[in-house]
Amino acid sequence: MNFKNLAQNLAVAASVTVASFTMAGVAEARDQIQIVGSSTVFPFSTAVAERFGQTTSFSTPVVESTGSGGGMKLFCAGVGLEHPDITNASRRIKESEFGKCTDNGITITEVKIGFDGIVLANSKEGAEFYLTTRDIFLALAKEIPDGNGGLIENPNAKWSDVNPQLPDLRIEVLGPPPTSGTRDAFVELAMEAGAKTFPELKALRKEDKKAFKVIAHSVREDGAFVEAGENDNLIVQKLTANPNALGIFGFSFLDQNSDRLKGSIVDGNAPTFENIAGGDYPISRSLFFYVKQEHVGTVPGIEEFLAEFTSDGAWGPDGYLVDKGLIPLPDADREAIRESATSLAPLAM
Amino acid sequence: MTDMAISNAANKQQTEFSARLQKRYAAERRFRAYGLSAIVIAVSILGILLGTISFQGAPAFFQTYIQVDVYFDEAVIDPAGTREERALRTANYQALAKSSLYEIFPDVTERREKRTLSRLLSSGAYRPLREMVVNDPSIIGTTQSVWLVTSDDIDTFYKGQIDRETVEADRRVKDNEIAWVDALEAEGRIDLQFNTAFFATGDSREPELAGIWGAVVGSFLTLIVTLAVSFPLGVSAAVYLEEFAPKNRWTDLIEVNINNLAAVPSIVFGLLGLAVFLSFFGMPRSAPLVGGLVLALMTLPTIIIATRAALKAVPPSIREAALGVGASDLQVVTHHVLPLAMPGILTGTIIGMAQALGETAPLLMIGMVAFIVDVPSTVTDPSTVLPVQIYIWADSPERAFVAKTSAAIMVLLGFLITMNAVAVMLRKRFERRW
Repeated sequence: MNFKNLAQNLAVAASVTVASFTMAGVAEARDQIQIVGSSTVFPFSTAVAERFGQTTSFSTPVVESTGSGGGMKLFCAGVGLEHPDITNASRRIKESEFGKCTDNGITITEVKIGFDGIVLANSKEGAEFYLTTRDIFLALAKEIPDGNGGLIENPNAKWSDVNPQLPDLRIEVLGPPPTSGTRDAFVELAMEAGAKTFPELKALRKEDKKAFKVIAHSVREDGAFVEAGENDNLIVQKLTANPNALGIFGFSFLDQNSDRLKGSIVDGNAPTFENIAGGDYPISRSLFFYVKQEHVGTVPGIEEFLAEFTSDGAWGPDGYLVDKGLIPLPDADREAIRESATSLAPLAM
Repeated sequence: MTDMAISNAANKQQTEFSARLQKRYAAERRFRAYGLSAIVIAVSILGILLGTISFQGAPAFFQTYIQVDVYFDEAVIDPAGTREERALRTANYQALAKSSLYEIFPDVTERREKRTLSRLLSSGAYRPLREMVVNDPSIIGTTQSVWLVTSDDIDTFYKGQIDRETVEADRRVKDNEIAWVDALEAEGRIDLQFNTAFFATGDSREPELAGIWGAVVGSFLTLIVTLAVSFPLGVSAAVYLEEFAPKNRWTDLIEVNINNLAAVPSIVFGLLGLAVFLSFFGMPRSAPLVGGLVLALMTLPTIIIATRAALKAVPPSIREAALGVGASDLQVVTHHVLPLAMPGILTGTIIGMAQALGETAPLLMIGMVAFIVDVPSTVTDPSTVLPVQIYIWADSPERAFVAKTSAAIMVLLGFLITMNAVAVMLRKRFERRW
């Protein structure tokens, strides 16, 4: 290894570096749709993206899993090819986010794609659970009403303490961490509903919504609720190993593991496809994606992508998204949303 | 009397001494046993880890295929008869694949049942048919025997991971599907084959179609950029600091900072990449170019530290001898010191690269944690890398992805072991002892 060789190598490497810097200095035109956002919508968005790439002459869209909030931040940052075209969300866009988008000159089209149920499930070998949202709140809240107008640290150690009809088992629930959208939806839909069944908390909600939310959204930290990480597959594995534990995760994971797990019945409704689609199962949320109208025409294929996503072959009751665990919207809603999506109706708030 | 006392005392001393000696030997034996048990524990944990990964991942290297006789119907593929590639590419091959399967089971006529039957095949099973026609349009109008890939549920069932004894309602593969699979089995039309597609295609939402190649290419492109940036920068910085820089407070400060930089959590480099490369320079998201630059920043301290250590190990006598025969400082470094230090530098670089290969956290910020189907071909194409692919698959609900995840881990470990083996080989081969 002499100097000449070494110098040549270094020079080549350096020129590659310099070239790459200058080359990338100019933002390139992109020929594929860029999608960011919720990890809950990710499995559906990617399925459509793949079909779209396979069946049309457009490139396959790139789908990033950034979380609903992270996606909105990127999406609303501005108009231009360096910003994403579509963002997925497992909740509706917030007013503050909508304001930020409008300030940056972005016109949005909202597309509601279906429902996702959040289930409490345990191993097939475990006990049957017939829960109410009140039971869920009493079992998992950090502080519960003491019956005299005050609050006490949650004293319930067993399910039978919560409700004598429940099994005589230690409360052990594996769930997602606070950063997860599933957790947000769970506390909002199950815990809040449970908290509202107490008259004193209901009254508090009217006076001071913030104080109510703090109580309803605080999950106990004494070991009864275990934060098991964002990975739902991990929770499924732990549940099969421990028949006494319950887990909280998305419906598609229950659907895929129906031979090992069973869903708890909440307010008299089992977490089945039909119950979630019919709106009977209480812990379910809507899934959305948002399209940047300014990019239609600049980035090729956005309109065609919308048409593919809202076709009955994709999101209909027999579509391929249902195989992926999406709960479809009622027929009339699908028709109306397809209309507004394909005509790029702007969202107003 | 006094003799006795002396000898008694001596005896006592003797016994105390041997007791102490025994104690010391015992302590030594215990010490060795601790060390040995530490190694046994470490090795067995590693063994369990590798064992479970290989056990779970092995099925992913094989895939269930069904043999069907496909009639390449001109009316379906190319009704106009133009043989244009565009028309050939967008034809409805799915229909061809389905009808060839229906022909095997002529008594399945009811619409719903036919639908279930068609789900034996993967939703992407038709893709090879398209490639066949595009590559050789003359097969239109003929009947060919083709092995098509099955859906993930049938695949896991055929591999014995779904129990026939489970109640039908709780089983993802229903009774009629099992009957069809058994019938195909009796005819020898269903078989496990080596999954070549796994090593040739990009990601997919269907576990049976998902491949690792896109991530392998993405990792390769990223590491090329990392190497091209961090190696020249790191080596030049180290050579200057070690051979030319004066020893003063400033160089001390720089040295401390470099050592600190090596311990900074990698996500911080991702944030830096987002702010500098994406926002300021306007580079594309999800590109190996940006990923490589971010990882280069992360690898730089490792390379600088390794290079400085290698330069330090070159004895001063070499430098003095070269200077003595009239070499300039530049000649001393480039003709003598650097070549002698090269094995150490390369070892450090390869270890830094192996570290970069396994990194995901900084790539999250710059958009490389993404679902990307197309295999990248340049450093500005959107792409993902091996550890990110593992993360995405581990997070997918479909159960067949569990095996894919472990298989991807095996591929990544294979690369890491190869890289470290090269580092060891370089050291063994070129290292000089003084």
